[in-house]
Amino acid sequence: MSGPAREVAVPHVESFEFTPENLETANKIVAKYPEGRQQSAVMPLLDLAQRQHDNWLPMAAIEYIAKFLGMAKMRVLEVATFYTMYNLAPVGKYHLQLCMTTPCWLRGADAMHEACKKKLGIDFGETTPDGKFSMMQVECLGACVNAPVIQVNDDFYEDLDGPSTEALLDKLAKDEAPEHGSVIGRQGSAPEGGPQTLVEGGDD
Amino acid sequence: MPKLTVDGIEVEVPQGATVLQACEEAGVEIPRFCYHDRLSIAGNCRMCLVEMEKAPKPVASCAFPAGDGMVIKTDTDLVKKARNGVMEFLLANHPLDCPICDQGGECDLQDQSMAYGFDRGRFIENKRAVSDKHMGPLIKTIMTRCIHCTRCVRFSTEIAGVDEMGMLNRGENAEITTYLEKALASELSGNVIDLCPVGALTSKPYAFKSRPWELTKTESVDVMDAVGSNIRVDSRGSEVLRVLPRIHEDVNEEWIADKTRYACDGLKRQRLDRPFVRVDGKLKAASWAETFTAIRDKLSGMDGKKIGAIAGDLADVESMLALKDLMTGLGSPNIDCRQDGAKVGGGARAGHLFNTSIAGIEEADAILLVGTNPRWEAPLVNARIRKTWLATDIEVAGIGPRLDLTYDVDWIGAGPQTLQEVVDGKHPFAEVLKAAEKPMIIVGSGALARTDGARVLGAAKKIADSYGLVTEDWNGFNVLHRAASRVGGLEIGFLPGEGGLDTAGMLEAAGKGELEAVWLLGADELDTAAFENTFVIYQGHHGDKGAHAADVILPGAAYTEKNGTYVSTEGRVQRTRYSHLPLGDAREDWKILRAVSEPLGAKLPYDTIDQLQKRMIELNGALARLDHVAAGDWGDFGTDGAMDDAAFTLPIDNYYMTDPISRASQTMAACTEAFLAQTERTGTDG
Repeated sequence: MSGPAREVAVPHVESFEFTPENLETANKIVAKYPEGRQQSAVMPLLDLAQRQHDNWLPMAAIEYIAKFLGMAKMRVLEVATFYTMYNLAPVGKYHLQLCMTTPCWLRGADAMHEACKKKLGIDFGETTPDGKFSMMQVECLGACVNAPVIQVNDDFYEDLDGPSTEALLDKLAKDEAPEHGSVIGRQGSAPEGGPQTLVEGGDD
Repeated sequence: MPKLTVDGIEVEVPQGATVLQACEEAGVEIPRFCYHDRLSIAGNCRMCLVEMEKAPKPVASCAFPAGDGMVIKTDTDLVKKARNGVMEFLLANHPLDCPICDQGGECDLQDQSMAYGFDRGRFIENKRAVSDKHMGPLIKTIMTRCIHCTRCVRFSTEIAGVDEMGMLNRGENAEITTYLEKALASELSGNVIDLCPVGALTSKPYAFKSRPWELTKTESVDVMDAVGSNIRVDSRGSEVLRVLPRIHEDVNEEWIADKTRYACDGLKRQRLDRPFVRVDGKLKAASWAETFTAIRDKLSGMDGKKIGAIAGDLADVESMLALKDLMTGLGSPNIDCRQDGAKVGGGARAGHLFNTSIAGIEEADAILLVGTNPRWEAPLVNARIRKTWLATDIEVAGIGPRLDLTYDVDWIGAGPQTLQEVVDGKHPFAEVLKAAEKPMIIVGSGALARTDGARVLGAAKKIADSYGLVTEDWNGFNVLHRAASRVGGLEIGFLPGEGGLDTAGMLEAAGKGELEAVWLLGADELDTAAFENTFVIYQGHHGDKGAHAADVILPGAAYTEKNGTYVSTEGRVQRTRYSHLPLGDAREDWKILRAVSEPLGAKLPYDTIDQLQKRMIELNGALARLDHVAAGDWGDFGTDGAMDDAAFTLPIDNYYMTDPISRASQTMAACTEAFLAQTERTGTDG
């Protein structure tokens, strides 16, 4: 299990609070839980805060949410550090999460990793100097059928190899939004190269 | 009541008990690290695995509820293998630095790996290393040793009531820390050291000082507050190295406050180890004989009414009684054991006791705090209130400055005005008290040390009388003292006699030159400037404020150096045990008084401590039985009349320095710096 990169210098953020829209969303989330169980909203609220704050959570946000939910700051920090999905230090505009667990690794995650390193000049836990890309190793993203996989912010890019990873990064560098999903054109996790079964007798 | 079989022994346990408790009931020892019977169950160390019939795999007995008809086995090969495996996993990342670890010799991990562990390790990879965390001046951390049992986290969250400790990250990266590595801001923080089953959290002041088997262990009683926590004093030669708690369910359970635990380094600093006499304005070391001569020359022939005696906060009952008898012999009615000027004592016995008893708090369903900060005046009483607050829906209200007491308190007012409203039934909380089955009122010693203290006490009594706080089987009236000596002094009547002066009176008389000599028995919390023209005899163990003003210094014994009786705030009679002799020429206090009584011509009629204690029991039968609380009689105390408007103020402004011992302690000085200076800087309270 790879932990979140802690060595990155975290800039000090003076204060954090929800925007009016997010505040409304937050109140809606909290309202889903029964009276006295508002603390259950800690995870969606951390996510909301992270989305509002360039995809990372400063301590100010953790303390804000602790106050918002009437929790001890330590309890919120425990949650935020437990899950790798919460970034506690700034990340790039495109935050690449490379799955390196066995199925992806068997299907060529190393080539994908090499391509990223070559193209971006950074490794896990690092951010490019222009702040555009950051990279992180994660465990199974649950898309093993289309391994190997990179998650870019909220989107999965699947069936990658070296060249297709480079092409993906090129597009991202130009801020084009490449189509997410399988890069070799598979529909969902349907077989490669089109249907393999039930192909006969479908003429009429 | 489920019945189950443990290793062939049939046991019956209460509903809701765990398999582990059932095993203990059957007399079978189950190894454990994370389970602690005063904390919530975590079930994360897996050391307590046992075999259960019909279960597919071993179960964690600490978290498994005992059920009817279960068959538990703890001596099978499967269990042995499971324990071996768990130990091997725990040791995989645990450093083998026992030779340099302070926990060595009293380490659960060491003991249990000897008893249940595998005979070799198969882990050849690199062990993980964890950076040490800063947890303040009391707790030393070596986090690589941590096995993540989370006892410290549960203790600080549940018992101490400070949500500052936690476990960050997960898996191999999991680390125990405090929020932003701040010092653990609790008066009970030292207990995490006892709870830590390994050497991850150890005592900072005690670091590398000694090994447990080198120490002389003396069972004693704490005197840093009036709770009377049961302690074990660990000493080597004439040096007290550390103080640990002893279990006493009715007093301190198994916790002690930080001042109790850490002020012991004050016992070797600023000590008075020889007599002194002031010659030409300067204190000069003298022999006992010279000192006695100086006292005799001054006191003989002096009118008894011009002599006074004040007992301090750490005095034992024996020495107070000897001083009282000496003063009677000299014809002086001016004696007082209330150096803070609290208007308490003299009336019915229940009027100066914590009648509900500390364990009794758990039965209460409403509490009114009057002018007190239990968190600082008696941290373990506060912990007991918190325990009750967590377990029941007790209502706690307070009159006095707003404080964070680690539980919800409805601060209904600041001063006697609100108290009067409750007395008159005009305040809504009066209804709460009336409706409660077992209501309590806790009056702080600070609220009684005002000029209108007796009327505050009277008002509290009225509340007790009119709202059913005192019934046949319940006494909800409580005075919370903060000095270990106070109740003992009140019990033997160390109070002004007929026409005698109290502390304030003596100070005033001294200022006017009417009091010619004063005997301070460890009394340091006084305005000694008033004694400028008074002959001051200071008898005590520390060169504190009293000693600086003294004309004669009689070096006495600290609580670790004498067998002294102390009566706790609830009236529990307990005795300290000496762990080593007093330093240098110092002597036990009653012996000094007995010795000096002869040249003064008022020879005390006892030559041994047994005779003195016999006299003490004759004077007050309630002191006869050790570890016993004699119920106080309910009668007259306090006075009627309007109270002043001034809001209640708290008597302690620095928890870590309240008496000569803690003021001499470097550790307590470091705590003051770490916790209080910080509080002032950030402006947050509590």
